[in-house]
Amino acid sequence: MQPADSARKVPAASPPSTSASPPVTTAGPPVSTTGPATSPPDTARTKALADQIVAKFPSTKVDYAREKRLKVTVPPEQIRAAALFVRDVLGFDHLTLVGGTDYMQQKEFEVIYFVGSISKPGQQDLVVQLAERVKRESPNVPSLTEVWGGAEYHERETYEMLGIVFEGHPDLRRLLLPEDWNDIPPLRKDYVSPGR
Amino acid sequence: MVEAAQVPKTGEFNVLVGKVNEILQDAIGAPLRYMVNWGRLYSLWPVHLETACCSVEVGAASGSRFDAERFGVLEAFGSLRQCDLIIVMGTVTRKLAPRLKLIYDQMPEPKWVIAMGACSITGGLYFDSYNVLRGIDDIIPVDVYVPGCPPRAESLIQGVALLQDKIRHSTSLRGT
Amino acid sequence: MSAAFEYSPEADRIMSVSLGPQHPGAGHFRIRLWLDGDLVVRADPDPGYVHRGEEKMSEYRNYIQNVPHLERPVILDSSGILFAYSLAVDQLMGNKIPPRAEYLRVIMAELNRIISHEYYLGILGLFVGQTTMITWMMGDRDLFIDLGARIGGARVTFAYIIPGGVRNDMPEGLQVQAFETLDWFDKRMDEYEKMFFRNPLWEERSKGVGVLSREDAIRLGATGTVLRASGVAHDIRKAEPYSAYPEFDFSVASLKEGDTWSRAYVALEEMRESVKILRQAFKNIPPGPVRLKLGPQPRVPAGEVYARTEAAHGEESYFIVSDGTPKPYRLKIGTGSFKNMIVIPHLLKGIHVADIPPVYWGLNYWPVHADK
Repeated sequence: MQPADSARKVPAASPPSTSASPPVTTAGPPVSTTGPATSPPDTARTKALADQIVAKFPSTKVDYAREKRLKVTVPPEQIRAAALFVRDVLGFDHLTLVGGTDYMQQKEFEVIYFVGSISKPGQQDLVVQLAERVKRESPNVPSLTEVWGGAEYHERETYEMLGIVFEGHPDLRRLLLPEDWNDIPPLRKDYVSPGR
Repeated sequence: MVEAAQVPKTGEFNVLVGKVNEILQDAIGAPLRYMVNWGRLYSLWPVHLETACCSVEVGAASGSRFDAERFGVLEAFGSLRQCDLIIVMGTVTRKLAPRLKLIYDQMPEPKWVIAMGACSITGGLYFDSYNVLRGIDDIIPVDVYVPGCPPRAESLIQGVALLQDKIRHSTSLRGT
Repeated sequence: MSAAFEYSPEADRIMSVSLGPQHPGAGHFRIRLWLDGDLVVRADPDPGYVHRGEEKMSEYRNYIQNVPHLERPVILDSSGILFAYSLAVDQLMGNKIPPRAEYLRVIMAELNRIISHEYYLGILGLFVGQTTMITWMMGDRDLFIDLGARIGGARVTFAYIIPGGVRNDMPEGLQVQAFETLDWFDKRMDEYEKMFFRNPLWEERSKGVGVLSREDAIRLGATGTVLRASGVAHDIRKAEPYSAYPEFDFSVASLKEGDTWSRAYVALEEMRESVKILRQAFKNIPPGPVRLKLGPQPRVPAGEVYARTEAAHGEESYFIVSDGTPKPYRLKIGTGSFKNMIVIPHLLKGIHVADIPPVYWGLNYWPVHADK
């Protein structure tokens, strides 16, 4: 089972609010609307961010630029520089999640850093998804704990669940699994749950 | 030839001892057991082993609405060496299983176990998880099973009442 | 012979203690502490005692079958975490939720926020020795559980907010009971404030204890009451509004000091705001259907989504990768407690042992939530 790369399309469920709803105090429209018509989502902000990233790191691939989500894939060698750029220049300083996915058909792992913004006004509803792909046989990527301190435990969890090694991590050991776990990392697709 | 009807002296003595034993058992043993059981069942102190979701209902059962303390179930926040009941509330994972056995061993006799919730009876909702034990009765002996996901606080109190019934009718001083 | 045994007073002073998985002060969670006399030199959390493998389990169940087990990480606030899941699946499928269902979702989420915060403050009070807190709060919490049970059916496992809307409509005449409860609760919260928060003993024990600075809170990725008590007024309900929240008038509670007292007080203020939202929601709820007909095995188009909501324990986010089949390809849960776990060793370092309960229980950390 593999997700088709070409089928990643923009979901049509985020239309902005129309004049029927009362004025809101923050930027950003709600997910669902009670108004009569829907207009296409406004992706200007995320496109501007994507352009800035691509200008600085030309080998970046922009996966999608939706109204509030931007996903870019950078090669693992540039992830640290890209992360510092995203944090310092673009103002995304609040790491909210680190997720890993096993694309077994394509023999790759994907690690995504989901970063939100707090300090810089005007983009508190945006999330930049900084992704990297690494080969399944040698899953070594640099650790980003110096960029976002909260990545420490998220990377430990990704390490034990998928087997991705984060080089430069201050303390890479298992976090949630039992100490005597001696099977392959459980979230890989070739691990089958007992009883299934 | 010995007469069959003539019982030897030692046989009479044995029968006399047996009759005295019965009288003593009814006069002293039964009230003694009754008192010991009465003391035990009205002061069941559970070990504070907070597990997963069911611990919320145990909290509610000890709270002001359901008030398990009127049955004697008082969570002794001291040491588990003072406790005689362990309510295994919720999912027991493979990481916790050796610790559960250690906790059970550390409790002094007499001790009882209530398995609360579907997860501790059979693994419950998490039957196909890689880290969940399918029931705790493979590790420790269980006295009362309280089903539910999570059982209502009243169900848990009914489970405690069943355990109290069991203790009331126990015939050995060990309590089991 | 001389190198076989080296005695050094410095190394001998550090004692390693396990605030173990069975301890009244730790919940189902273990913190390894290194103590130098009465001071904590280092703290290392050891989670995973309730790691039930929910992410792997979700890959074997379809999107509707995932609802019961995905509400159980933090059962106190089951609707808050299901809200994030339903938002994510609705975005993937392109569902347009009917307005009444949006209001009911908000009602259930705010009820659950009050239920969760009552438990949090009650347990905090219990473990610092103020047992009146737990008896009052457990009793009051049951009133809100009654309201939730009349809507959702069960006492804590409502499984009410599902992809496509909500499971069923609320019963007739619930508004009457709701307004009675809310009116009484407003006065009750003032009593809480007088009894606990303005209590000189609690103030002495918690003001200035466990201070988390604003920079550290953002750098470590803290969320929820921990973040808002450190001077960052960041609430997903206002920063990235979802569902029917833009139609309500409420404010974000936040304080500047970043100590234990502030974190607990922010929770009380959040309960006040929730009461405000509930009043508006019960008054203005529009009529209409409450659920889209999705069928038992909804087909979800291929794609990815990242959705986040503000649950009681912090920001709850879901990253779902779908490959077009009825079962998710990858479902990553980002729980509020897991994001706050990194704050524990940071705050416990250098404090006295007697300060560990207020600091640890003041973080609104639910071990089962972090373990998933």
